[in-house]
Amino acid sequence: MDIEKQIQGLQNRLTYIRDIFGSSENENIRLLESKVKEFVNKQHDLTTKAAVRHFRSLEDLFTFLEKKLEAQLTPMDKVRIVRHPQRICLKDILENVYDNYTEIGGQDECSIDPSMLIARAYITRRRGKKVHYQPVMVIGQEKGHGQEFRNGGSVKPWGNAKALHYMKVAETEGIPIHSYIFTPGSYPIEDYPGAAQQIAKNLYEMAGIRVPIISVISEGGSGGAEAIGLSDIRLMMSHGYYSVISPEGAAAIEGHLHNGMRASQELIKKCARQLKMMAADNLAMGTIDGIIQEPCLGARPDDYNFFKQLRQQMIRSTDELVLDVRGMKLLRRMALRKLDSEQVYVRWGLTTKAKDRLIWRRYKKYRKMTINAFKDKRAVWRKGYDSIHDLGWGVYSFFRYDLFAKHQRKVSRLAEDVQAEFQVLVDRSEKYWRDRLKDKLPFFKPKDKEIKEELTSLSSWETRPEDAGSGWTYVSPQAKRDLTVTCPNSATQGCLDQWAPDLFDENAGVCAFCGHHFPMEYEWYLYNVFDPGSIFKFNSQLEAGNPLHYEGLDLKLEEAKKKTGQKSGCMTFETRIKGITLNVAMFMARFRGGSVGAAEGEKFIRAIELARKRHLPFLAYVHGTAGIRIQEGTNGVAQMPRCTMAVRRYLESGGLYIVLYDNNSYAGPVASFLGCSPYQFAVRSSNIGFAGPGVIKETTGMDIPPDYHNAFKALSRGHIQGIWDRREIRNNLHQALLTMGGRNLYYR
Amino acid sequence: MLDIKELLRELKEAPYEEIVITAPHCGTVEIVVNTVGTRVHGVSGTWKEIPGTLLARIDRENNKKHLYAPQKGEIIHITDLNGHFVEAGTELFRIRHFLTKEEVIQRILRQALHLFLAPEKGKYYFAPEIETKIKAKGCRSVLVRPGQEIFILSRMKRETLIPYQGPEGLIYTIYFEPNQSIERQTPLIGICPKEELPVIREVVARIQTEWEEKE
Repeated sequence: MDIEKQIQGLQNRLTYIRDIFGSSENENIRLLESKVKEFVNKQHDLTTKAAVRHFRSLEDLFTFLEKKLEAQLTPMDKVRIVRHPQRICLKDILENVYDNYTEIGGQDECSIDPSMLIARAYITRRRGKKVHYQPVMVIGQEKGHGQEFRNGGSVKPWGNAKALHYMKVAETEGIPIHSYIFTPGSYPIEDYPGAAQQIAKNLYEMAGIRVPIISVISEGGSGGAEAIGLSDIRLMMSHGYYSVISPEGAAAIEGHLHNGMRASQELIKKCARQLKMMAADNLAMGTIDGIIQEPCLGARPDDYNFFKQLRQQMIRSTDELVLDVRGMKLLRRMALRKLDSEQVYVRWGLTTKAKDRLIWRRYKKYRKMTINAFKDKRAVWRKGYDSIHDLGWGVYSFFRYDLFAKHQRKVSRLAEDVQAEFQVLVDRSEKYWRDRLKDKLPFFKPKDKEIKEELTSLSSWETRPEDAGSGWTYVSPQAKRDLTVTCPNSATQGCLDQWAPDLFDENAGVCAFCGHHFPMEYEWYLYNVFDPGSIFKFNSQLEAGNPLHYEGLDLKLEEAKKKTGQKSGCMTFETRIKGITLNVAMFMARFRGGSVGAAEGEKFIRAIELARKRHLPFLAYVHGTAGIRIQEGTNGVAQMPRCTMAVRRYLESGGLYIVLYDNNSYAGPVASFLGCSPYQFAVRSSNIGFAGPGVIKETTGMDIPPDYHNAFKALSRGHIQGIWDRREIRNNLHQALLTMGGRNLYYR
Repeated sequence: MLDIKELLRELKEAPYEEIVITAPHCGTVEIVVNTVGTRVHGVSGTWKEIPGTLLARIDRENNKKHLYAPQKGEIIHITDLNGHFVEAGTELFRIRHFLTKEEVIQRILRQALHLFLAPEKGKYYFAPEIETKIKAKGCRSVLVRPGQEIFILSRMKRETLIPYQGPEGLIYTIYFEPNQSIERQTPLIGICPKEELPVIREVVARIQTEWEEKE
């Protein structure tokens, strides 16, 4: 009976191996199959002793061949390991890594989102006879233990909101956060709070959570992973994956597949390999800080040694992080390393100053990330000059705004008070003398005459200069075509065909009948929204690269550079609107769909940092973005937390950050540095969302209406704050600059 | 009295309707579907967002506009105008659309019932006594007489009683939803004379069981 149970165990191991290697032929697996079959057939003829002996040797063979198979694992095999039902889950970790835990924020299916699991847990540590209970907040996605309601670990927006809520609870209580990432991606639904906007909110808040955050990635699917993944130390399980997109999704994009067409297995495998999504790849790229070694062919719920190792790693990481931000860190860290024991007790509480250092450490860590993933072709002297220039602005900013401005404010406020009273006196005396002298002195009279004339004569038309044309500085080349254009709403709104020169010149691409906005080139905005001749580009030498050596990307980038004359999809410049100076980052749909990679992220960060130093308002104009550039893998995903942290730093120092969406804005950027802005507006007829209709249908099975991502829907859901007519952008932006924003805006 | 048998015979003889596709405006025609007998599909999707089969393109002032099949069916005639300039209203295609069970029933009911149309735009409700009867016994047992006030029209915070006009009979179908704004001249209810109710019921039941949909 006992041996039969054990044989069953071996057969399960064999099934697991077969599942992992999928359809690929392997002689080692064939050998194991034949050996198990042979043993099952003849076990009844053997004596118990012989059977046990035979079984032991079979078990040894399994262990030996599993090690051999481990070396043969391809990236796609590892993806299958991570997705296997026998993969460890968060509940297994809670049971085996922590000494005790209480699930909070819902239980099993009775939860606002069962795929997000939160628990208060503690770790017990002894110092002599004294026992210390160190509480932590454990947050993570749960795929198993009730997989019928877990939704495969795809967290809905309200699940991410729940996670954020408990992170704030942990911050209030001053306990560290351990987050475990087991998600293939976020559930792409737009209902409030909205997939993208909630992830953006999570990232923004996590950038400033004043307790240590340690995260462990098993299955890190892009935005869903980032929602709880921004952390001080990011670890990854050796057989996990962390990627910008699933291999199947990448294959669908690479193969230009639509309407649920399936990509070939070969293409999927190739994409899995090219995306460099494994732990070792991510460590080499610097997007994670360490790897937790799993047993051969991945950790399963009965691998207790792995849980022990995970526990030690979590404790050590938390200890090291806490000591790093505290004083006297060097000595203790050395001692800790030498003793290498979890029983060396380190208190996890932090002082206010240590918390400040923690936040600064987190910012620096992300700021340095992916710094080598783009091309910087500036000459050495130029780099030196630029860094001195940058430093100069930093020093100037310190003296001008921090040191000098404080005293200047005091003086100017005093002067304002005195001036106000003085002005009242002047006005009164002026009125007094005016009333008495107006009939006697000749120079008062003309004004009265003017008023009289204005009130009694008829008004006349304001003459328009003859060379005024349509009134737009830049006219779209679309207006130079001799054709009529049909509005997409003509069937429902009855719009008549319009002649292109009228539509794209005078009407600025706005349907005269229903107000539909036809897409316009970004140049239209550059020259018609901002003051003429006021655009000064910077960092234009930063160039989009191919950090993963993704096949075909070099060629595509070259084509895009040639087509647009730009080196990346983001243009950053300083400009003016009605005399107000501001910094702008513009994402151009024409350059690889406006996708964001390391170069675009870096340019955005440098632009917002400069705006912070120079105390300028900052505008992100999204002419269009398709999301993160998938061919850059996690180098692209890292831009989500990096840019969001830069935004937070800018806003906290008192800046005004406005986002203006145009055409189509989707995925990663909306779910991070764009979606976290307090002031988001959209040009009419634009679309804003997390995932496109095809992806939503494939992942959720839901059929969505054609106007699901429409700006008006986004406005109704509360994702944006207003919709602007294209012809009014200049005035609206000017008004926004005057009426919104932080304390840095001295121009008012 | 309505000759149901004759109506059914007519429908069975020609179980389809012919849709004439004409040029919506002038322009040069480029015929896409150029074989008679081609099966085409109409508008589909939950929100009618997927257009039907592309039949032709009409180019007017360098603006190529697509002409789609409005309903499912078979092309039975194509006017030989490929590459020619046509005026608005010129016949281009004829599609034979085979009637579904639902469409046949609707056709018969349209002829057999007296439709009471909304006299004005607004929200319509049944008068309380009619409403109670409908809830209690179902609409097909509620008899309405000419002059009887059966509707309340609610518009701009005013409520007006609307009297029924037409032959006396039972309410066979209700076409409107309460609490929704109804356009003028939209059918509100279909009335059938009391003696015709069993006949209509029988015909509908026969169509449900016997009608063979060609596609």
